Amino acid sequence: MQGLAFDIAHLLAGSLVLVSFLMIYQDRLPSLINVFALHAILLAASVAWQATIQNMPELYVTAMIALLFKAFVIPVSLRRMIVQLGIHREIDTVVGTGLTMLAGMALVALSMVVMLRITAMADPLAREDLAFALSVLLLGLLMMVTRRNAVGQVIGFMSLENGLILAAAGAKGMPLVVEISVAFSVLIAFIVIGIFLFRIRERFDSVDMQALDRFRGEQQP
Amino acid sequence: MTIIQPLTLVLLMPLLSAGFLALMPNYRVSSAFNVLASAVTLLSAGLLVVRPPQPNDYFLVDELSVIFIVLNTFVGFTTSLFSATYIGHEIETGHLTPGYVQFYHAMYQLMMFGMNVALTANNIGLMWVAIEMTTLATVLIVGIYRTHQSLEAAWKYFILGSVGIAFALFGTILVYIAAEPVVGEGLPGMIWTVLNSRVAEFDPALLNVAFIFLLLGYGTKVGLVPLHAWLPDAHAEGPTPISAVLSGLLLNVALYAVLRFKVLLAANPRAMAPGPLMVTMGLVSLAFAAFMLYRRRDIKRLFAYSSIEHMGIIVFAFGMGGPLANFAGLLQMTMHSLTKSAIFFAVGHITQIKGTQRIGDIGGLTATHPGLGWGLVLGVVAIAGLPPLGIFMSEFLVVSSTFSRAPLLAIPLVVGLLVAFGALMLRLTGLAFGEPVGTQAPVRISYVPMFAHLAIVFAAGIYLPPAVVVWFQHVASMLG
Repeated sequence: MQGLAFDIAHLLAGSLVLVSFLMIYQDRLPSLINVFALHAILLAASVAWQATIQNMPELYVTAMIALLFKAFVIPVSLRRMIVQLGIHREIDTVVGTGLTMLAGMALVALSMVVMLRITAMADPLAREDLAFALSVLLLGLLMMVTRRNAVGQVIGFMSLENGLILAAAGAKGMPLVVEISVAFSVLIAFIVIGIFLFRIRERFDSVDMQALDRFRGEQQP
Repeated sequence: MTIIQPLTLVLLMPLLSAGFLALMPNYRVSSAFNVLASAVTLLSAGLLVVRPPQPNDYFLVDELSVIFIVLNTFVGFTTSLFSATYIGHEIETGHLTPGYVQFYHAMYQLMMFGMNVALTANNIGLMWVAIEMTTLATVLIVGIYRTHQSLEAAWKYFILGSVGIAFALFGTILVYIAAEPVVGEGLPGMIWTVLNSRVAEFDPALLNVAFIFLLLGYGTKVGLVPLHAWLPDAHAEGPTPISAVLSGLLLNVALYAVLRFKVLLAANPRAMAPGPLMVTMGLVSLAFAAFMLYRRRDIKRLFAYSSIEHMGIIVFAFGMGGPLANFAGLLQMTMHSLTKSAIFFAVGHITQIKGTQRIGDIGGLTATHPGLGWGLVLGVVAIAGLPPLGIFMSEFLVVSSTFSRAPLLAIPLVVGLLVAFGALMLRLTGLAFGEPVGTQAPVRISYVPMFAHLAIVFAAGIYLPPAVVVWFQHVASMLG
């Protein structure tokens, strides 16, 4: 039973890393949003499984928040937003897909090496969970760097936060206050982002961040 | 005890005021209320010094945090005074509508609340949540003018700040994982007082990696190079009272978090020494910002880069460690907060008078506006580190303690200080002296906050009260 519990936890956390890779090469916004929803569902499953094997019922709340909010509410509203903004066409990444995938692999290798080496003493479950979580975090960061579209960056940021929640859930008995706050801050962050996107549309009729980059206070005559 | 605890007031006053101000449509009333609330918070923070509460699972007030809290509430109060005048002008000229001002005041108090929670937290999770909250509140204020530039600045700040805060959370989780086998599951693994007493038994490898994440994460909010990119934009494009608070307070709050974790790491003999990392980042920030100062054409960006420079010096001093360098770091931090916010008070009025932030369009201020011009001169002279002002003394202590322990490190330090000094003096001559340049709009000026800060900085350069010296020395020895 113990072996199976570990295997399922690894399967779920490993799939999260895999889906992070899937997100990296999605070059159209609607499909990117779909893959993000899948990412959130996997996170919810992973957190729920942690709740079961750690016997921590509070974690189910975190799982439910991930499922309802990140897998459902956010993707739906993002999809409506991009349709309203008329940007559900192709998006282009700053760096080529192949190069990004290679960088992603390097990051995963890095986080495996770092995490497995330093946590040699720790609980094996937390240990590999942590390595996967750091991979998800770094892949989210990579995605934020390689996207120039604001929506793409936001999704990158949310997948990064998914990695954080995975790490928090894997840490045995970590007080719930943190998980809720993480979930809650995602909510706030999303509201902020919503406001920003709204304002960006008002001002620029575009959410292409390169349009913003042209406006630097100092470079104006 | 039936009397309301000062700690409760320090936390509740900003929170309740934020709620009240969010509903208060009249900007004159809300400005006055903002000042009043900040004054009450300052007074209760003063009571904390006299009668510090016992630490519990969530809150802790010790000698280190009291310095930050008093500084925080003091600058929060003086900035609210300046803000009242500043906002009045913004409304008259139509840059802001009353609705936005309502929002601005609520966010101002919410930010103060977040900072006070972060500084009094005895729980690494709570501290993280509080710092995240201040980030969100300040992002919203930075974007308040809704111009191209302010939106870009807010977005950049939001993205970089969030990534930093995510790294910090990962580091926090790692600290918990390191603590969990020793102190047990649940809350104790996140409490500072527990962590500090048991840290020697923690797994050193985990602590090392945790500290790197925490330094990068909170270091983003301190504005350390190469994670500083948000800082000049956020300072330049937001309302000037917020520039003053960002430089004077928010950077300090993130620094406080870094310091706490540094002390934690240093208490574990098997973990790496946190000093060299901080020394490197501090020196890089100092050198980078010092050279960048020369190319600034925007007055608020100029002083934002000067903040990066000073945070670099402070982080360097704390990284060096030891009683003398820590003492210098604490003093430098206090003096920098006071001086830089005084400069931003002056700059806020100057930009309102001239209607621009371009340095080339501002000139001869001592002739046209003597009070403001000489205030700016005094502030810049202080921030550049000329004697006999307070920053000269702290920088002198940093340099001399470095010379006695690691002379090679003192060379880049002194070069950086001199380069920054040259840049600031070069810009100051154009701004303050020579022929008056630019338009002149009539502006009400509040001199009190600016000169109050400068008076303290001036007095501290000449005479530090023995009580303060003893207090700072005690904290410096605590920081190790």
